[in-house]
Amino acid sequence: MEFAMRNRLLIIIGLIATLWTATAEAAVLPDERTDLLYHRYEGDNITIEGPSVLIRKNVGKSVSVSANYYVDMITSASIDVVTTASPYEEERKQGSIGVDYLRGGTMMSFGLTRSTESDFEAETWSLAVSQNLFGDLTTVTIAYSLGDDVVGMSTDETFARDVARQAYGIGISQIFTKNLIMGFNFEAITDEGFLRNPYRSVRYLNDDGTTYSYQSERYPNTRTSSAASISGRYYLPYRAAINGQVRGFSDTWGITSMTYELGYTHPWRDFTFSTRVRYYTQDQADFYSDLFPRFDFQNFLARDKELSTFTSTTFRAAVAWDIGTDGFGPFSKARLTAFWDHILFDYENFSDLRVEGVLPGEEPNFTFEADVIQLLFSVWY
Amino acid sequence: MHRKTTQRIARVALALCLVTASAACSNIEPWVKPYERDRLADPIMFLDHDPVSTSYMYHVFESREGARGAEGVVGGGCGCN
Repeated sequence: MEFAMRNRLLIIIGLIATLWTATAEAAVLPDERTDLLYHRYEGDNITIEGPSVLIRKNVGKSVSVSANYYVDMITSASIDVVTTASPYEEERKQGSIGVDYLRGGTMMSFGLTRSTESDFEAETWSLAVSQNLFGDLTTVTIAYSLGDDVVGMSTDETFARDVARQAYGIGISQIFTKNLIMGFNFEAITDEGFLRNPYRSVRYLNDDGTTYSYQSERYPNTRTSSAASISGRYYLPYRAAINGQVRGFSDTWGITSMTYELGYTHPWRDFTFSTRVRYYTQDQADFYSDLFPRFDFQNFLARDKELSTFTSTTFRAAVAWDIGTDGFGPFSKARLTAFWDHILFDYENFSDLRVEGVLPGEEPNFTFEADVIQLLFSVWY
Repeated sequence: MHRKTTQRIARVALALCLVTASAACSNIEPWVKPYERDRLADPIMFLDHDPVSTSYMYHVFESREGARGAEGVVGGGCGCN
């Protein structure tokens, strides 16, 4: 935590120095476009699908407004559900609005996002300021967001617990050469409130040593995390690009992780092909255990596989088709894109409890594969 | 080990901030001229070509992994006006 606070402070000082001493340059509003996305996730007996619609339009020469409507329709019989609860269906709806205001080389962005589902509500306000510097070679962004969630339970209508969340971020986009652009990001997030899933349980060994029982999870009421990333995109000697990203993460729960990404983009006629490999590795939270030695073994107890030690590897293939580069009906251009991501989750200390006939703790580790499909239709105007 | 790497990445970002600040004092000339940014203006060089898809994939990973934050990208493209 000391690291997080110290670095956050130093970075903010550096950023303020940057903005105070720099000469403002001109910036541009985001493209006016509409995106229609269909998304589908399938893995571990969970299917989540739905639409996402994003509309962005300019108002005058210095204001851009955007609105997004997103739906997750969930059908779940995941390993958590199968071993400790019943399969369920759920729907999550999310709406966002945003306003970007451009003044010289400064862009100010405001946003509000609300999402609702039967047992969870979330609201997030966000503010960001971007500044272009040095002949537009550099863009510095500082961002802040404030979120309020209410956690409920489908089995208890009176149950309601609050979560407050704040996020502080800075980012720099830097043109280094006529072929290379890089991005640097740092983000600190703090949570306070009810931070666990109210349905989830941990298991502990019974006195007989051959069976186990469940008790509710117990999490700390606060969590602070720090993440920093470096990304880059390089134009190759022929018309194609490679991109990469490295991200490091740590939090006050003891979770540490690294994320590595490498991608390649290759246009051909009206098509653009891209591929990407993403590798994620994580060390567990301090209070996570697949099997606690006894009931109430320690103050905090978790058996959420997201807090365990595991890796995930993602392979992506995507193709975009520029349908009308010289105009598409009333629009200036249109594009159809299909994305396919195949993800392998490999857990090191989360057991597959569907396997019976073995002693507790000797079950094989859980593993699963997931496919994520996206179909995106975009028009510009 | 991961914590140390996170610290290193954060320090690089901090160093870049300070270098950028000090460079501003020296009235530095842009070393990539606007007419040299045609490749950077190519859509294949955009750091985030499809924000609606990008934010969806963040949601997919963040729902299943412990890490969060610092995945967003700022800017991209040529910075041409």
